Amino acid sequence: MFHIYCPHCEEYREEEEFHPKGEAHLARPEDPDNCTDEEWGDYLFFRKNPRGVHHELWVHAAGCRKFFNVTRDTQSYRIYETYKIGEQPSKAITA
Amino acid sequence: MSEVPDSVAVIDQIPQQGEPLTPRTPLHHTARAGGAGQLHYREHDLTGLLVLRGNAADKAFAEAVKATFGCPLAKTLSFVMAQEVSLLWLSPDEWWVLCPPDQAYALEVQLRERYSGHFALANNTGGMTRIQLSGPQAVQVLKKSIPYDVHDAHFPVGKVVATVFGKTQAVVRRLGQNDWEILARRSFADYIWRWVEDAASEYQR
Repeated sequence: MFHIYCPHCEEYREEEEFHPKGEAHLARPEDPDNCTDEEWGDYLFFRKNPRGVHHELWVHAAGCRKFFNVTRDTQSYRIYETYKIGEQPSKAITA
Repeated sequence: MSEVPDSVAVIDQIPQQGEPLTPRTPLHHTARAGGAGQLHYREHDLTGLLVLRGNAADKAFAEAVKATFGCPLAKTLSFVMAQEVSLLWLSPDEWWVLCPPDQAYALEVQLRERYSGHFALANNTGGMTRIQLSGPQAVQVLKKSIPYDVHDAHFPVGKVVATVFGKTQAVVRRLGQNDWEILARRSFADYIWRWVEDAASEYQR
């Protein structure tokens, strides 16, 4: 079980209150009408699947129902930090 | 003072004409009370519920809320009470206002008159029910029901937490040392009531 710190509730909660929502920091192409199919396809369908440090989007579904980001190691399951939407990970964590 | 904008549908849910309605709670088909000795549980009478969303950093909004409900915007994971009104923190921009059902409409109109900025207020009266647990063993029922730590140091009086309850969700708040309240959606009220009855059975002997 993960013990996840919700940056909105400002405390640790059990994993069953949360849902993972995939990769974080997906930037929508600035001008969808004029971007290439490849750029649009990458944005819509292609996701990273790293072994090691990964930035993920989670939602506190049973709690405050807010989205936030989690920096997590997909191999060791260690959670390095959680931070609000719109913020950048505070430190460069490498595997 | 500003007028209530026409674009907002503000409706008194209690009809002013015709036969007076008999309000029924979501658990009207159950005993609505149970327990013995160290543990008692009951469904609270029908409560008015206003779902309030807005920006807590907006001073005008915060002042209008305080003037209307008599209590300030609750801080993270806490609730405040003023006479018959409770204001519960649900998320950084969402609060629930519990009030007598016949005051919900009046309070809604008052807040809209005091503040016309960016906010949302929805009258969800009847959408939730309140189940109150009391007695020294009440905490044992919660320990079986929610994954949240209910130790005194972690869940003091005055705290409110939205969490998983059984296989559904509920908002749990601590009203006193041995007094707890579960707020559940009406569609899950029956499930939670039966869950509480079952969980409580071993402490009533």
